[in-house]
Amino acid sequence: MTLLPNLIFAILFFTGIAVFAKNVKKIIRNIRLGISENRSDQSPLRLKQMLRVALGQSKMVSRPIAGALHIVVYIGFIIINIELLEIIVDGFLGTHRVFAPFLGTFYNVLIASFEILALLVIVAVFFFWTRRNIIKIKRFFNPEMKGWPKTDANLILYIEVVLMSLFLTMNASDFWLQTKEVSNYSLAGSFPVSQFITPLFDGLSVVSVIAIERTTWWLHILGILFFLNYLYYSKHLHIILAFPNTYFANLQSKGQLSNLDAVTAEVKLMMDPSVDPYANSPEDQEIVKFGACDVVDLSWIQLLNAYTCTECGRCTSECPANQTGKVLSPRKIMMDTRDRLEEVGKNIDTNKGSFVPDGKQLLNDYITQEELWACTSCNACVEACPIGIDPLSIIIDMRRYLVMEQSSAPSELNNMMSNIENNGAPWPFSPMDRLNWKNEL
Amino acid sequence: MSQSISIPTLAEMIQEGKKPEVLFWVGCAGSFDDRAKKITKAFVKLLHQASVSFAVLGTEESCTGDPAKRSGNEFLFQMQAMANIEVLNGYEVQKIVTTCPHCFNTLKNEYPSLGGNYEVVHHTQFLKGLLEEGRLKVEGGQFKGKRITFHDPCYLGRANNEYEAPRSLLYKLEAEIVEMKNCKQRGLCCGAGGAQMFKEPEKGNKDINIERTEQALDKKPNIIATGCPFCNTMMTDGIKNKEKEASVQVMDVAELIAQAKDI
Ligand code: SF4
Ligand code: SF4
Repeated sequence: MTLLPNLIFAILFFTGIAVFAKNVKKIIRNIRLGISENRSDQSPLRLKQMLRVALGQSKMVSRPIAGALHIVVYIGFIIINIELLEIIVDGFLGTHRVFAPFLGTFYNVLIASFEILALLVIVAVFFFWTRRNIIKIKRFFNPEMKGWPKTDANLILYIEVVLMSLFLTMNASDFWLQTKEVSNYSLAGSFPVSQFITPLFDGLSVVSVIAIERTTWWLHILGILFFLNYLYYSKHLHIILAFPNTYFANLQSKGQLSNLDAVTAEVKLMMDPSVDPYANSPEDQEIVKFGACDVVDLSWIQLLNAYTCTECGRCTSECPANQTGKVLSPRKIMMDTRDRLEEVGKNIDTNKGSFVPDGKQLLNDYITQEELWACTSCNACVEACPIGIDPLSIIIDMRRYLVMEQSSAPSELNNMMSNIENNGAPWPFSPMDRLNWKNEL
Repeated sequence: MSQSISIPTLAEMIQEGKKPEVLFWVGCAGSFDDRAKKITKAFVKLLHQASVSFAVLGTEESCTGDPAKRSGNEFLFQMQAMANIEVLNGYEVQKIVTTCPHCFNTLKNEYPSLGGNYEVVHHTQFLKGLLEEGRLKVEGGQFKGKRITFHDPCYLGRANNEYEAPRSLLYKLEAEIVEMKNCKQRGLCCGAGGAQMFKEPEKGNKDINIERTEQALDKKPNIIATGCPFCNTMMTDGIKNKEKEASVQVMDVAELIAQAKDI
């Protein structure tokens, strides 16, 4: 027996893992470009939220059809990965179905359930594909879904079908060889689905069927390694990031916006004449930027959100602004943030670790002011997101930049704000008239 | 009976050595907007009926800063907040009720980290409490046979997870309560939030309040109930736009309860 296949397997396997690790490192580096925000509190509650929302898919089912299909694919994906463990061990040791002797009949149960799940996944993927390409559900066709996002969504579906078909063909040929009592293919597993493929091999020589079995085995594992590395370029990254993202997601009431500490310090200074404005020497005072005009002004949570977004568009389809034809789409806010972050990351990579200004920023080059001002801060997008993403917080941070750094709010809003400043109400009424309604009782 | 309702300010009350059970935060709309003032008046009549000892801040009240904050003007928001907190803390206020979900959200969620810690309730929650304690009684009678649909204000519902309090009050009216296609967690915004109330909407193919009014009208209601002065304005405009003023009324939950009690 030659060791060559084992060696090739090991090389491919470790290369696949190494490339993936490199990309993971890059993602972590990019997320860390964001400003810090403490989300390490209340870990039991966070854990519960993660288990419920990411593992338990609790928010997926608010759309029953998509939710049910997604759960099938998701369970299928996780369970079939157990099979992967055996494939990897076999690959390294040159064994065949190494777990079978240890697990006995339970092995049959396992393989049988993998097969049924594989079939269900293929069926679910068919429906997903139909929804995107035949029924053309509206939320998959907003302007931001042109080009790569559209291709990506379909590619994933094709990859799933190919992987599942390889798995089933592999089992079918294995089963055929088992029944022919070919050496090395001892009876193992139960094949409720692939037994229907097996008859297709009748009439072929043992050698050809072994070739089919081996080819599908290799393609299956190669496919999985490819898929692993495809994640980085795809919205499918959510299968990993949904977990940290739901863990670190906001636990406060959705209506609560953060209070900027830097502003608090300044306002206190303004309101309290006894505070010495020069108490801090100028050297320790960094110039703080209020709000966000680029990805590095956002928090790491917002950047994690951006990488996690699955581009499902549930947020956008619930957005009142988007529903009434405004350019705002919360999904686009997330995709723009991710694309700009990727651009900044690549810039850092090509410039040996430091960012060289490229004359671009998230504001205006990606997200326009028209989008930002169309938001009603209604939180429908936050509520709709199945994995705890908060597009509204990015919108508010960018409005903060527009107003506090650039004084470029729409003029009606400037009027409203000067009213508040002058009369303590958003309209030009005198504060002395506040209680006039009392006389109308 | 109307003359007998006195609206003391907190300053007056404290001067007399009294402390109210609750501070009624009227809000800018409730103080100045003609339509919203009717909600304010209905609510104080209910407070009076239930013998709640309450006070208002009167001229010492100032905008909570919500529209400034949501426009991105954190400076102005925090200046407003700190000035208000100084007043509220000065009077040692503990419990606040407000008829505006925006004031409610801001006072409840955004004031604490600036030093303002109060128990803040929306008026529908407060009224629900009064009913449960038996301090206020409602008989449906005159609403029998009417269809009412409730529009969830975003800042009461999604923002603060309160969907039941306003509905529990409406159920007391013995009317038929019908839910819109989008309700509760999935309720559609009226279009006023995030300071949109104070500006023209961006270019689009429809105004948000029209979309929401259409959703309400699909249910063929006699009354669209809500719990927010801004939602009230938006829905009222929507109804005018659809020329349905004659057949559909937009009413605050407090107004409906007051009407049921004939006050
Ligand atoms: S919060 Fe803004 S972006 Fe999100 S759904 Fe509402 S209007 Fe759209
Ligand atoms: S933000 Fe959430 S709801 Fe919106 S597209 Fe991304 S994953 Fe879907």
